[in-house]
Amino acid sequence: MERHFDLELADLKKTLLTMSAMVEETINRAVSSLEKLSPELAREVISADESIDRIEIAIDDKTFDLIIRHQPLAGDLRLILMAGKIGTELERIADLAVDIAQRTLKLAGQPLIKPLVDIPKLSSLAQQMVRDSIQSFVNLDVTLARSICKRDDEADSLRDAVYRELSEIVRRDGGLADRAIPLILVSRHLERICDHATNIAEDVVFLVEAKFIKHCGK
Amino acid sequence: MKKIIEVKNLNLWFGEKHILKNISLDFESNEISAIIGPSGCGKSTLIRTLNRMNDLIPETRITGGVLLDGQDIRQEHDVVTLRTKVGMVFQRPNPFPKSIFENVAYGLRVQGISNRREIADRVENTLKAAALWDEVKGNLNQNAFQLSGGQQQRLCIARALAVKPEVILFDEPCSALDPISTARIEELLLKLKISYTIIIVTHNMQQAARVADKTAFLLMGEMIEVGATSQIFKQPKDKRTEDYITGRFG
Repeated sequence: MERHFDLELADLKKTLLTMSAMVEETINRAVSSLEKLSPELAREVISADESIDRIEIAIDDKTFDLIIRHQPLAGDLRLILMAGKIGTELERIADLAVDIAQRTLKLAGQPLIKPLVDIPKLSSLAQQMVRDSIQSFVNLDVTLARSICKRDDEADSLRDAVYRELSEIVRRDGGLADRAIPLILVSRHLERICDHATNIAEDVVFLVEAKFIKHCGK
Repeated sequence: MKKIIEVKNLNLWFGEKHILKNISLDFESNEISAIIGPSGCGKSTLIRTLNRMNDLIPETRITGGVLLDGQDIRQEHDVVTLRTKVGMVFQRPNPFPKSIFENVAYGLRVQGISNRREIADRVENTLKAAALWDEVKGNLNQNAFQLSGGQQQRLCIARALAVKPEVILFDEPCSALDPISTARIEELLLKLKISYTIIIVTHNMQQAARVADKTAFLLMGEMIEVGATSQIFKQPKDKRTEDYITGRFG
């Protein structure tokens, strides 16, 4: 039987997709702002955050409304609860992109301490993980979701490599700390983005299989 | 959205008993309005007032007014015209002891339509609108009592739709139905609101939440609160509404 409710669920999914596209774009811009040391791009990222916040609120409102009106059960309930959680994860990712843009503003006006190598790698990984996590949600693809969880270790390694390399530079010349610490923080922000993408992937596994795999669950 | 029915300071007594207490409420076109409240709060009496179903109850006294399209239903409309414009579907399916076809055709014949082709077309279109056609198209001459409860209720909806009403009143239309038949009726209501004004009385709050655009809460004959359904169930303004919908009483 065709359900009116399904149209509303499809609408909720569509809103999440719009949000995720905006979030992906904002990560991309934040990292570009750093690579180009562009305060203009950084400020664009900061000002775009408000519209992402508004979508998060709209998703919260919609999920609340769907729960009130449809008293969903089983797969419908899991979908609505996870959609709400994924909205929150995406909003946190956008906030981390803003944090990266803030670091750009700190660094702008002086040359980078060294050419960026691992940070762009980490940034590509983060964007890919976010994209795949949303793709796994759209297609209810648990194989893809599980593969994202595995990639999180790679993100941790890249963050550690950035930390090791920059802390070595600071150890040799303490005067470079002001230019090294923001980059260490950027690697931390990007690694946190990967964590949020992993959370989304774990939510997708719960959505499909009703199994918690977070905190080392299988 | 246009106001179709306006209830203004409506009071109703059965003998000495004051059943509806100064109720004012509007019903808009293309909207589903739900009236909720505990048993005996007056919700059925309220909608039965809208097409003058209480007229036959002895010692009924009414003050205040009900306007349909701006005209007083007791002064400007005769009962037959009024009930053509304001149809009703009851708690228990009550098809006539006739064929499926004749149940729907009955109202058309009463309206003086005799052209067989026209009647056949209207019956088919109405059964389609009531989401029953696909299930009965091969058996239109079958006795309506042979249908399942849910199908009988959709037939009653078709019977109400056949005479092209403006408003359809539903008095607990799913209380005698199983969950699947209930879901079918609810889906049907959501489709019908595109063309009709729908008012539904239900003691099932979840049903009101699922289908209604607007919900009114009635308690002991008083209109406690009326508002957008999402507001009523998210953050009711009156504590009595909150107590009722959260199951603290009722």
